[in-house]
Amino acid sequence: MSTSLVFVIVLAIGVIGYFLGRQRAVSKNDGSVKPHSLPHYHAWWVFLASALPAILFLVIWAGATNIYLERSAIAELPVRTADTVIASQSLELGMVSGIARGLGKLTADEVTNLPQTFAELRPLLSAKGVALAPDGQDYMIPIAVEWNKNTQRANYIGGIMALLLAVGGALYGLSGVHVRARARNNVERVILGALLAASTIAILTTVGIILSMLFQTLTFFQSVSPASFFFGTVWDPRFAAAGSGGSQGQFGLIPLLAGTLYIAFVAMLFAVPVGLFSAIYMAEYASRGVRSVVKPLLEVLAGIPTIVYGFFALVTVGPFLRDLSAALSGGYAFIQAQSVLTAGIVMGVMLIPFVSSLSDDIITAVPQSLRDGSLGLGSTRSETIRRVVLPAALPGIVGALLLTASRAIGETMIVVLAAGVAANLNINPFEAMTTITVKIVNQLTGDLEFNSPQTLVAFALGLTLFFITLGMNIFALYIVRKYREQYE
Amino acid sequence: MNLMTERNLEKAVNDKMSAQPNAIKMQGKDVTVHYGDKQALFGVSLDVPEKMVTALIGPSGCGKSTFLRSLNRMNDTIEGCKIGGKITLDDEDIYNPKIDVVELRARVGMVFQKPNPFPKSIFENVAYGPRIHGLAKGRHELDEIVEKSLRRASLFDEVKDRLHEAGTGLSGGQQQRLCIARAIAVSPEVILMDEPCSALDPIATAKVEELIDELRENYTIVIVTHSMQQAARVSQRTAMFHLGNLVEVGDTEMMFTSPTEKRTQDYITGRFG
Repeated sequence: MSTSLVFVIVLAIGVIGYFLGRQRAVSKNDGSVKPHSLPHYHAWWVFLASALPAILFLVIWAGATNIYLERSAIAELPVRTADTVIASQSLELGMVSGIARGLGKLTADEVTNLPQTFAELRPLLSAKGVALAPDGQDYMIPIAVEWNKNTQRANYIGGIMALLLAVGGALYGLSGVHVRARARNNVERVILGALLAASTIAILTTVGIILSMLFQTLTFFQSVSPASFFFGTVWDPRFAAAGSGGSQGQFGLIPLLAGTLYIAFVAMLFAVPVGLFSAIYMAEYASRGVRSVVKPLLEVLAGIPTIVYGFFALVTVGPFLRDLSAALSGGYAFIQAQSVLTAGIVMGVMLIPFVSSLSDDIITAVPQSLRDGSLGLGSTRSETIRRVVLPAALPGIVGALLLTASRAIGETMIVVLAAGVAANLNINPFEAMTTITVKIVNQLTGDLEFNSPQTLVAFALGLTLFFITLGMNIFALYIVRKYREQYE
Repeated sequence: MNLMTERNLEKAVNDKMSAQPNAIKMQGKDVTVHYGDKQALFGVSLDVPEKMVTALIGPSGCGKSTFLRSLNRMNDTIEGCKIGGKITLDDEDIYNPKIDVVELRARVGMVFQKPNPFPKSIFENVAYGPRIHGLAKGRHELDEIVEKSLRRASLFDEVKDRLHEAGTGLSGGQQQRLCIARAIAVSPEVILMDEPCSALDPIATAKVEELIDELRENYTIVIVTHSMQQAARVSQRTAMFHLGNLVEVGDTEMMFTSPTEKRTQDYITGRFG
């Protein structure tokens, strides 16, 4: 009995319960007492009571089945010794489950004449579209057969139990239908639970991401001391090919952090005035017609994928700045094509819609009465903006800028293409620098041994970046929230 | 006349006796206002006499606030608003393109329905206008203007120890008096008040009304109000608006005792509106 079939039957039971519940609710209402809930609430409650526990059970059962199958397969695997061919137990287990999956696709006739050696089995399965690693072992075949039997048995038991649960739930729901039953409140509770579950998933994902990076980072710090990572001023990871070992690089965070902050700073230097002024124009001066055209146009900038900005920087802005500097100095191009300035300017362009859109919302949120008050005293529009609107909106704008800055720090594709990969520590914006995100990309691409510090450093960098942006976001949200309290 | 207490009647009579034939400060002639396609005022002609309180009354949506806002061109800030006819201040057309609207608003100040102090200190709220218009030569002079304005708004004694605390922290009535002080600080000739007491409790309302009565000595005041009692208590002249038209205008006492128009009588006695 396949799980998907069980799922459909459970749903069908729920739907039948829905209609029975509705009918029952209508028939119970003889008009003498005011019913607590409308019939469709009773119907939904019966549906939820039958389908929800059964589906939850199916999900949990599937998880538990998997654990049970792996346990029993491991128990049957031969004891691992020094000369076991397969590198790890999980690899062995993966092969067994692969064979099991392949066996499931064979016809009944083929199963009875199942070949006893892996060498014979492999071409048979690959004909069915199941590709297996070449170093499978003969002893895996009976284990895989057993695996399939167990799977079937587990699915069968689980399916029956889920159906029983569904029917039982439907009966329970139906038995509860009477005129004063609070089906409406019950449904409300289920909705609350569903919403809660959705937000929990988002939070748990964040926690999961942090943990997955944390373990790799801890492994990294076993080979490189945290002090030399956080305070080192030289970035020279010495790429080592898989298995070569021995070569130890220097993993200083400082040049990358400096590059990240410098480029973000240049980007903000460019984006903040342009974005803020355009927000002020949008919010305070533009007529409704202009606003309805210009604002969406400006926000189109936010929809451009950052890799496209990267092309723009690499192909257009960088060479233009280089040629411009060459023309200015009469030959020597003092601005490199890949430089802090190029990356900063292009990233700034990318950030303009964020600054302007967020600031626009905040400026518009300043009560009109304050503007009226100021204008009524005979101040001009720009005096009103400078002395009343902006001071009132300032905390919110600062919050918006911090959110934008954390975006600038986390930005990857533009800097990969426009800033260069040289981990220099300098203050000349015309030279190439590199950022944390660029180095993460660099360390993780290519044919590298995964357990070397050269690769693991990417996780340490990622976690550092995560905490920098997290800190900025929390600070920004704190400021924005404080600002909101003023007017509510 | 059940709406007027004996005291107010007496006051109104006294006012009437002491009132000189005041000069006309502002004058509207056939004023029309359109908000987009919707016409809000249909040719209103109204004189505002100097150093008197003129009350604009009428049911909601009758155009009284619109008329008030057109007296210092605050309607300019509303998109799609068009104004016709003529409004003069001291016989000068305020919609003349040569008139500087910023200067006009310094001469014709405004107090709004909801108290709207700036999110600044009490001192800075009052000093805002004088600073912008450069009315004070130094810190000392600015202090004087602020104190004088706060005293005139009968707020000084309540806030003198916390001039540098936020103006938004005051009570509703104090905030409204702060807004009046802020308007006075610019030394306007006319003060427009758009239902200045509608967001206040009765005690704060009484204080603001008392203040309006005192301000009449130095300023010309136009006040929009929904409260008949308030119009009777604080104003010398009353103009009744209905559906964008001026129904009737006259001395407050006359309006409340023997209105010529039936609509005015019905509104004042509470039969509609």
